[in-house]
Amino acid sequence: MTKLTVLGLTAVAMLFLAAFAESQAPATGNAANGRRLFDTDGCYQCHGYAAQGGRDGPRLAATALSAQAMIRYVRRPLGAMPAFTEKVLSEQDLTDIYAYLKAFAAAKAAKDIPLLDQLRDR
Amino acid sequence: MVDVIKSLGFEYVAANPGSSFRGLHESIINYGSNKSPELLTCCHEESSVAMAHGYAKIEGKPMMVMAHGTVGLQHASMAIYNAFADRVPVYIILGNILDIAYRRSVVEWSHSVQDAVAMVRDYTKWDDMPASLTHFGESAVRAYKLAMTPAMGPVVIVADAVMQEEPIPQADRRTLHVPKLAIAAPPAGDAGAVADAARMLVAAENPVIVAGRCARTPNGLKLLVELAETLQAPVHDRPFRFRMNFPTRHPLYGGGSIADADVILGLEVPDFWNATHAQTPVNRVGMEVRPTTKAGAKQITISSSDLLSKSNYQDFGPYAEVDLSIAADAEASLPSLIEACKRLIGADRRTAFAARGAKFAEAAKRTRQQTLEQAAWGWDASPITTARLSAELWNQIKNEDWSLVSDVTFMSFWPTRLWNFDKHYQYIGGQGAFGIGYGAPAAVGAALANRKHGRLTVNIQCDGDLNYAPGVLWTAAHHRIPLLTIMHNNRAYHQERMYVQDMAARAERGIDRANIGTAITDPNIDYAMMAKAYGIYSAGPIEHPDDLAPAIRKAIEVVKRGEPALVDVLTQPR
Repeated sequence: MTKLTVLGLTAVAMLFLAAFAESQAPATGNAANGRRLFDTDGCYQCHGYAAQGGRDGPRLAATALSAQAMIRYVRRPLGAMPAFTEKVLSEQDLTDIYAYLKAFAAAKAAKDIPLLDQLRDR
Repeated sequence: MVDVIKSLGFEYVAANPGSSFRGLHESIINYGSNKSPELLTCCHEESSVAMAHGYAKIEGKPMMVMAHGTVGLQHASMAIYNAFADRVPVYIILGNILDIAYRRSVVEWSHSVQDAVAMVRDYTKWDDMPASLTHFGESAVRAYKLAMTPAMGPVVIVADAVMQEEPIPQADRRTLHVPKLAIAAPPAGDAGAVADAARMLVAAENPVIVAGRCARTPNGLKLLVELAETLQAPVHDRPFRFRMNFPTRHPLYGGGSIADADVILGLEVPDFWNATHAQTPVNRVGMEVRPTTKAGAKQITISSSDLLSKSNYQDFGPYAEVDLSIAADAEASLPSLIEACKRLIGADRRTAFAARGAKFAEAAKRTRQQTLEQAAWGWDASPITTARLSAELWNQIKNEDWSLVSDVTFMSFWPTRLWNFDKHYQYIGGQGAFGIGYGAPAAVGAALANRKHGRLTVNIQCDGDLNYAPGVLWTAAHHRIPLLTIMHNNRAYHQERMYVQDMAARAERGIDRANIGTAITDPNIDYAMMAKAYGIYSAGPIEHPDDLAPAIRKAIEVVKRGEPALVDVLTQPR
């Protein structure tokens, strides 16, 4: 078997496993527990207590990601974020955190906040 | 000695009093009438040096510092390293008693040393231990000249106690003189190399200028604007904004990308390699490195750091493999680079540049709007977001002649993203070597420099930083230094907490325990009470964002009366 074939099979296997993982993700989350985990497990450190985002992590409040996409990213992040394994954050934990993040109301538009609206002129 | 010191034009000398320089101390306040320099009473030598560090970045010249050659220098050493890495001139005179016959007690034996500067020689530019007053005069002037020649840096003179305290020998009185100071013109880039750089920049389709400590003076900012507008090339700050290089609302600020650039010009960028590379985070096994530039992109650097390198401390960073390296002061090189570019720009290039500029102007408007929308998230949250704090603070200072003298890194850069920075003194960068404890004293020193200009000096003060040597608040109160301090009180050594979290995730254990050893809680520190104890007007802790505006407004009234004021604000981590 050539090296390329092995790599190809590995990639197919990883896709299969990823799909399997998504199908195994808990369907619903407990937002209250998600909030507790967000604060105690350190998500706030980079994303802020209001999940508003900052220098070290993007906004997660009312995230546009799917639960599966968020979980996938937490397991294998691409940027500066540490990878959190199943051992420290279960699928259910992450689903609960996701439910908490989705429960955030959208922010007001900047034009509706006078302090920000006045900053619009360049 | 005081005559020589006065000839160098120092306004201030910062010192925590010490017996090894008691002679000089007494001469400055009596023979020198405590004027030019005026003695500033400091509570810690680290504060003395960091005050001088902040002062120099506003004033453009050194403040003098006095310290014990032993225990005082040990206290001062981190601040000296910061100033060295930040290429800032600080002028230090150390007291010492070399002759054992002159030492009074075990205390003075403990405070004496053979080679005082040995401890900091790795991160100072020059030092000497004069053996006579003639020698002192010459070395004192030489030290000033070297400190002020780019690449600038701290210098140290050891003043022996015998020389300080004994009468001037009669024989010497006829021959002693104060040597004339001539500040060296800063080194400008080689004409041929500058012409090569201009050819590459004018021919480029997507040039990007990266600025580090480029603008040493207000003229440096003007020159960089002229270069950028000549080329219609975007200017990037590094994530650690080192200086006020470029107006933050200029359409060319921050546009374009390194990845798309075909020519990258780095101007006094201390971490140029990091500007052109990405690394995997430390939580993954191994450290993968990849360039962020496209294949064939040409890289040019102009930096005076190539003229001043030391071996032991590694602040010089990774080696940058560039195409053209010009060892020179960037600001001094800009006039010839601008002229060389202008000579090469014909009608066709001018048309192309105009189109490029219009594209960046449109992109800047979109970025601005996105920034404001981002700032709205968590607007009413408690702890208060750094975006909300920045917006509230801006609203109170925007009509003043203000100067922000604290780093914006821990504020998620919100001040530089929201405010209109367009003057050189409106931002001075950070620590240099990222040594914490710099913030509060550097702000006091910068505020002192701003005082005679009537500027409103603003310091967004991290809580962890203030706790290293909070006595500098007393120095600000004692010397009536007007300074508005807004506490960024996130009640943690938060950067380290994130690192510990990173390690816990990597080890797959205890991700809920990163607060241990990093929290500054239980008890919470009452910074308003702390400030009050040091004689400073204070308010807070402010927990709710709607309470910010009146508290800041009232504190500004105090500062405008010529005093320091502090508002404690409970903030989000970043």
